[in-house]
Amino acid sequence: MAEHVAPHHHEEHAHHEEGFVRKYFFSTDHKIIAMQYMFTGMAMGLIGAFFAYAFNMQLAFPGIEVPGYGMVSAARYNALVTNHGTIMIFWVAMPVLLAAFGNYLIPLMLGCDDMVFPKINRLSYQIFLLSALVLIASFFVPGGGFAGAWTAYPPLSAKPEYNLTPLGASFWIVAVGLEFVAFLLGGINFITTAMNSRAPGMKLYDVPMVIWMLVIASILFMCSVGPLLAGAIMLFMDQNVGTAFFDPDRGGDPILWQHLFWFFGHPEVYVVLLPTVGIVAEIITVFARKKLFAYRTVLYTVFGTGVLSFTVWAHHQFIAGIDPRMAHIFTVTTLLISIPIAEMMFIYIATLYGGSITFSVPMLWALAFIGEFLIGGVTGIFLGASGADIYFHDTYFVLAHFHYTFFPITIIGFYAGFTFWFPKMFGKMMDERLGKIHFWGTIIPFNLIFIPLFVLGAAGQHRRIYDYRNFPDLSQPWMWNTRHLIAAAVVTMLAFQVVFFINLFKSLASGRKAPKNPWHANTLEWTAESPPPHGNWAELPRVYRGPYEYSVPGRKQDYWPQNEPA
Amino acid sequence: MSDHAAHHPINYVRIWFILVALLIVSVAGPMLGHPIITLITAFGIACVKAVMVARNFMHINLEQRYISYVIITVLVFVFLFFAGTSPDVMKAEGSGWVKPSWQAAASAANASEGGAAHH
Amino acid sequence: MSASARPIANTRSAAGIPTGKLAVWWVVASEIVIFGGLLAAYVMHRLAHDAWSVQAAHTNTWIGAFNTMVLLTSSLSAVLAHQAAERGDGPKAARLLGATMIGALTFLAVKAFEWTEEISHGFTITSSTFWSFYYTAAGLHASHVIAGAILMAWVAKDAAKNLELHRVELIGIYWHFVDIVWIFLFPLLYIAK
Repeated sequence: MAEHVAPHHHEEHAHHEEGFVRKYFFSTDHKIIAMQYMFTGMAMGLIGAFFAYAFNMQLAFPGIEVPGYGMVSAARYNALVTNHGTIMIFWVAMPVLLAAFGNYLIPLMLGCDDMVFPKINRLSYQIFLLSALVLIASFFVPGGGFAGAWTAYPPLSAKPEYNLTPLGASFWIVAVGLEFVAFLLGGINFITTAMNSRAPGMKLYDVPMVIWMLVIASILFMCSVGPLLAGAIMLFMDQNVGTAFFDPDRGGDPILWQHLFWFFGHPEVYVVLLPTVGIVAEIITVFARKKLFAYRTVLYTVFGTGVLSFTVWAHHQFIAGIDPRMAHIFTVTTLLISIPIAEMMFIYIATLYGGSITFSVPMLWALAFIGEFLIGGVTGIFLGASGADIYFHDTYFVLAHFHYTFFPITIIGFYAGFTFWFPKMFGKMMDERLGKIHFWGTIIPFNLIFIPLFVLGAAGQHRRIYDYRNFPDLSQPWMWNTRHLIAAAVVTMLAFQVVFFINLFKSLASGRKAPKNPWHANTLEWTAESPPPHGNWAELPRVYRGPYEYSVPGRKQDYWPQNEPA
Repeated sequence: MSDHAAHHPINYVRIWFILVALLIVSVAGPMLGHPIITLITAFGIACVKAVMVARNFMHINLEQRYISYVIITVLVFVFLFFAGTSPDVMKAEGSGWVKPSWQAAASAANASEGGAAHH
Repeated sequence: MSASARPIANTRSAAGIPTGKLAVWWVVASEIVIFGGLLAAYVMHRLAHDAWSVQAAHTNTWIGAFNTMVLLTSSLSAVLAHQAAERGDGPKAARLLGATMIGALTFLAVKAFEWTEEISHGFTITSSTFWSFYYTAAGLHASHVIAGAILMAWVAKDAAKNLELHRVELIGIYWHFVDIVWIFLFPLLYIAK
């Protein structure tokens, strides 16, 4: 398809030059909205990371003022861990992986000019921003931010005499509720756009895997968040109106909350996992110059995983006193779900096998994801078996497991996608050397933080304890040494993130200008300008083949863009 | 604009009459005094009315098939939630816990004679 | 908002269904899980608490039935509005949507009267967990009635000028869903006591 030098106007959008505020704050362009989500998520990530620094220092050096924060009392500790978890999942993973990459990539990779409902898209960001502001406001109300754990189990979360943060608790619920509404609105856009607005010639199996993943993740979210939204309303009323939905003394049931929460909570982890898995697929095919192994198998596997993900939730509740017969059932389903995920990892390895691999920065992140997530996955098997979980539940073993899943998903996934699509988004190339320094400076400390936590957890270190000096069994010298090592690794890892920001600002300011297709990739976004104008292309592309035609025998070029006529 | 020509023969007012008639039956059901009949008339009729509204007013049967599949799937999820949660929520005691007020209420209800026929 | 500002993406239909309608059905699907979760929680409690029948006896079946009829009638006017829009008669569709909105207001007014009665008799949201569920479920439903009525007013305004007539069907689908939720709430809260 002939690539025109695109005049930056689209017949349907007669453009006058927009003012700065209108263009960047009230835009309906999916790319701007994507950036809004991305940068808001990154900012929230800094806050969440700071909280992690503070409570890690407290754990390693209890009773000592944390530099840059102050004293971490027992109550403050609870608030720190609660908001760290909440922020990282709802205000970092969701906006960055799902909203930002989804908004940016879906129209571009499908060959259309925007999302189908640009104004609802803008509204969804505005509601999301409001939710972030409400959460941040909760830190400044009397009592401070919510301290009832990100899982908000009643009665701790319902009764102020237990959580000591009555105002913070209500702000928290409102913030989470608003965030859910924002993502429901965004999800409608994603699903409808992906289903309806594909480029002419793009059959369902020609859709890039990351798009499938984003859409399936959106569907999972929309089908699972309902009960928790209902539960959030009920908890809010228990907190503020005096109802007793979760109060067993007055006819309610706290376990109901747990079920409502985890019915959503488990599919939620797949909601954030799938976009990263998709991003990794795009990166490894490009940097191995190889077709994705078994595209349809991956697709059907993801469908199966999505459905199965609704049947495993109570593995978070094995020792909460649930009916043992249900515990049996959930053990079986939980162990079953490890199979499709493992299968996808094998498929990725098969994709890499025999490929012509370039260790660019995005590729390093993608490979790191596969390796680190594998550790998270296999340790989940210990926890999915209800018998073993009786010992491991509420220990740091669980914490290490979910950081070996969430960190690769959120942080490694973000860096992988960001470094990969940076040239397209900003029209500049990032510095490879700084990127590699940042990569190793993140990955090595990451493992130094969390591998020891498996050991500490297996040795009995409970979660949600602010001072282990109160527990003689958990105060052995080797444990303190380990905690010190972990704290040092946390500080080191956070320090290396500075390298990323230096790279970011340097590249934005004076990076090498990026061509349209610096990685020689096939998918449609690489046929647009870097960065694409409003409307993306002057003439929307047509598609002639699938997205992974790399190293096709008999062709001179080792890639074959989707929009090139046969 | 759309392929809805086929449905114009539906007489919406006739459907409405049927729905109102069903409503009357469901209100009358409890007056027969039999709990099972009440349940059938109340919920069975609710299901019938819901399907009638979905078919005749929302025209779900004229849409692409997958719309029906999506709706059925989410209904299955709701039932899945009920199935996974009710074994815990509906009990007054379990492995290592009791709900004292539930037990008290249950024994109070048993003490005063005749479970359900309070009204 | 005029049609010319619509992105090309909005006009494609690779899935064989107009985009707006596809979106509304997905909204309905996610709402089913929201109400489903709340109502499932209610049903679990109701089945386990036989003693709630004492509280439940105080809901007024006649008022509930009247409101059911109001909503059924409003669904009728909504689908007749759709029929009018299909025939290109925007002003008639707008009038019928207006009738639907009057139905919504009637429903809300009756509910307000009903709740005032119940609260003045001491059946507040905290007097028993049955009443907590009662007010929460009906309240969530009522908030959807209000939201629907507002959206409907916006659609009717455009339809009266023969603009965006396809939206009459879309708001209708949402409205019928709100009606169906009540079709299940009615026996749960008023009949199966």
